[in-house]
Amino acid sequence: MKVILDSRQIERIVEDLAARIVSDVPAGSDIATIGVRSRGEVLAQRLSSRLAEKLGKDVPCGTLDITLYRDDLNSPQGAGQPQVRTTEIGFDIDGKVIILVDDVLHTGRSTRAAMDALIDLGRPMAVKLAVLVDRLGRELPIQADYAGYMCDAAADKLVQVRFVEPDGKDEVVIE
Amino acid sequence: MHSGLLIKNGRLIDPANGIDKKCDVSIVEGIIAEVREEIADSGRQGRNFTVIDAAGKLVVPGLIDIHVHFREPGDEEEETIASGSAAAVAAGFTSVVCMPNTNPVIENETDVEYVHRKARQARKTHVYTMGAITKGLEGVELAEMGFMAQAGAVGFTDDGCGVQDPAVMLRALKYATMFDVVIAEHCQDDRIAGKGVMNAGYQSTILGLPGIDSLAEEAMLWRDIQLIKKAKVRYHAQHISTGGSVELVRAAKNDGLPLTCEVAPHHLLLTEDCCGEYDTNFKVNPPLRGQEDVDALRQAVADGLVDALASDHAPHLQSEKELEFLAAPFGIASLECALGLYVKALIEPGILDWPALIHLMTEKPAKVIGIDKGTLGIGKQADVTIIDPNAEYKIDVSTFRSKSRNCPYHGWTVKGKVDKTIVGGEIRFEA
Amino acid sequence: MPITANILVKKKSKQLKWHRKHLLGLRELSAEEIGYILDTAVGFEQVSTRSVKKAPPLRGKVVVNLFFEDSTRTRNSFALAANRLSADIIEFTKKTSSVSKGETLLDTARNLEAMGIDIVVVRHNAGGASRFLSRNVNACVVNAGDGFCEHPTQGLLDVYTIRKIKGTLEGLKIAIVGDVAHSRVARSDMWAMTKLGAEVTFVGPPTLMPAQAERLPVKVSYCLDEVIEKVDVINMLRIQFERLGGNPFPSIREYSHYFGLTAERMKRAKGNILVMHPGPINRGLEIESEVADGRNSVILEQVTNGLAVRMAVLFLVNQAAAQRVD
Repeated sequence: MKVILDSRQIERIVEDLAARIVSDVPAGSDIATIGVRSRGEVLAQRLSSRLAEKLGKDVPCGTLDITLYRDDLNSPQGAGQPQVRTTEIGFDIDGKVIILVDDVLHTGRSTRAAMDALIDLGRPMAVKLAVLVDRLGRELPIQADYAGYMCDAAADKLVQVRFVEPDGKDEVVIE
Repeated sequence: MHSGLLIKNGRLIDPANGIDKKCDVSIVEGIIAEVREEIADSGRQGRNFTVIDAAGKLVVPGLIDIHVHFREPGDEEEETIASGSAAAVAAGFTSVVCMPNTNPVIENETDVEYVHRKARQARKTHVYTMGAITKGLEGVELAEMGFMAQAGAVGFTDDGCGVQDPAVMLRALKYATMFDVVIAEHCQDDRIAGKGVMNAGYQSTILGLPGIDSLAEEAMLWRDIQLIKKAKVRYHAQHISTGGSVELVRAAKNDGLPLTCEVAPHHLLLTEDCCGEYDTNFKVNPPLRGQEDVDALRQAVADGLVDALASDHAPHLQSEKELEFLAAPFGIASLECALGLYVKALIEPGILDWPALIHLMTEKPAKVIGIDKGTLGIGKQADVTIIDPNAEYKIDVSTFRSKSRNCPYHGWTVKGKVDKTIVGGEIRFEA
Repeated sequence: MPITANILVKKKSKQLKWHRKHLLGLRELSAEEIGYILDTAVGFEQVSTRSVKKAPPLRGKVVVNLFFEDSTRTRNSFALAANRLSADIIEFTKKTSSVSKGETLLDTARNLEAMGIDIVVVRHNAGGASRFLSRNVNACVVNAGDGFCEHPTQGLLDVYTIRKIKGTLEGLKIAIVGDVAHSRVARSDMWAMTKLGAEVTFVGPPTLMPAQAERLPVKVSYCLDEVIEKVDVINMLRIQFERLGGNPFPSIREYSHYFGLTAERMKRAKGNILVMHPGPINRGLEIESEVADGRNSVILEQVTNGLAVRMAVLFLVNQAAAQRVD
């Protein structure tokens, strides 16, 4: 197990992502973050509060459960049994700039599922993708708009993001 | 030209004559000629003379099953008199009694003669039949009991259902006193039983199936016992299944009433719990009851209250049993493994010894239906069964001679295998 | 800067692998399995509230509604659930009697299977019919009511509704009132509720109690007035005239007098009692309109929740089938 990001580095990346988003998004646009369960949810909440500080206004934050949209549901070699959780988005996404937040972007399949799930909820003005770790190994034509750390871990490795809230400490490790 | 058989070295059990010892039996021209401890075979080696060495085996009177369904006429795809007879001799039975609930119902002398003719053609076991008590088993008008008795019917029953109307049953019993016959009843009050398909109890509640309360059987048995106090005729309660029925039989016998009863192997071995997986091979009428009923029936056998063990062999097609439990027909096909089942139910737990079991399968049932069979007395027709009491085997429905496979005992290991079945001096089955 | 991730502070349901490709009854399920279905159903509630009321997990799958008994709401609820999961649905309705000759249940199911179906939702008048089917077809089988054996999705939506409002079933006192003998709902409710820790009392006349009810994990009472004051939930069963044999009570008037849920009787109930009914209601018979439509009634919530529960069930059995290696 190798720690590739510690808590200080993670904090800096989140701050950096927030700054890039603020400079990027046209002033006056309605912005909201939506995190992909479950680590993306924590990241989205942190981003949301940073954005709120910088923009001086409330930035709503929601959580998206993508289980029903996964593309491996009916394949016997699917990754174990997915548990359906709730999608909790307490605001209307129509017309908003949605920052879709995930912890790791790897194959792109989760992001594909997340976009499909999002579209079933309404019609945002734009969807931007923000991730903490951008890992090599894309299987779909998807790129992050805002990526924190570039990682070239071998295909057989597991890149794991941990946050204080569920895991007790902030860190990113390669296993 | 004389023909003959000499059965040597077996343990001869003939309860009617109080014999249980190593004995030889000689059969000449289909008749028991001699029963002695040692019969020499010298000088008998004629062309038509066979010596059977029965060492280590039981030599007993041919077994009798007074309750089978051979489905002919009407449902020959389920069983025929020929296939049923072949199954019977393979199971050691030299006499069986068919029930009249065929299609058409056995309700006149022609019907009775038809069964006899088919049996003669099959040339396996002696086949008797009961006739219907009421025309079409409808419980309304009496069937021609006199003509049927003359043609050889050994008793009357509406088996499959009971005679619901007490006035009709009283009339039947009274009328039957003219003849020396037995009136047999499938005790079930349909108004209590309703549309039940299994015992009314915990399992029927859990499985969500309509139940048949044990009262349905007991109420009718109680009624019939009152009726035979008025019309003294031999009365036989078929396949009793509950502890309550046992007590009714006990009391009636204590009162000296001319009542007999039989028990089926499934009621001695299986409980309603067997229906838990909706396996329709356990759907039978009267239904499988609780463990306390099984215990009471075994006790009744131990107490000598039971006059006959009878299989109630009820063959059905696989396609008929491959239905929802609610829709499937009642019945278990068990003739072909009956002996092994009785051994498991009665000998292995120490309730009966071999002579007592043989008694319940030979002389006692013969007396119930009033036929001169069930013993190895000198001069009697030579129906003999030779049993290997220690041979264990696995019940395998695919080997059945019966046409049907609706046997819930498939895969059971039982003891007591029929080695040879001799009917009228002829070896009709050899293992 | 305290951040609360909603789901992360919630108690996670124990990591359980759902392995059943059939849902035949609740009797054989563990409390954990029932909890898992309920937790899964929570995730499906939201699908029905958004603009596109559809999600793709059963895309390309075929569900057949095989109904041998009249039913409107259960059949529609399953159809809608299947639709919302993007499955294709075939309706197969056939009135049957157990004695009618012709194509058997098995024939029918095997014919449908030959067309390539994935899930059979079956309602039949014979107890055990769904279990019988599950042994004889390869498709997933979901019991939508079999005789008076079980109606598992109704049981699930009942406990789901109670859990949603009361938080838990642990320690709750629940009365199930009416024709218990012929009720599959009562049986499924009994299994689910008692497994989840509730105390269940069957209430009704002795003529409508099942055989050996004393061996069931419930109390039995013949007096609604004694029970009504003590319970947190009351489930009024529908009097099913088509199932009643003979004459189990002298008149509707007398039945309502002893076992009807009237406004008068409700006065003695706890203020927060939940009034449930599996529907369709016989107004004025087992329940007065005022009560059925009153503030304690959750009868319509039951219907709404039924959809989420059935979506969860279809999803789970399909998952179990998809991930089975055999």
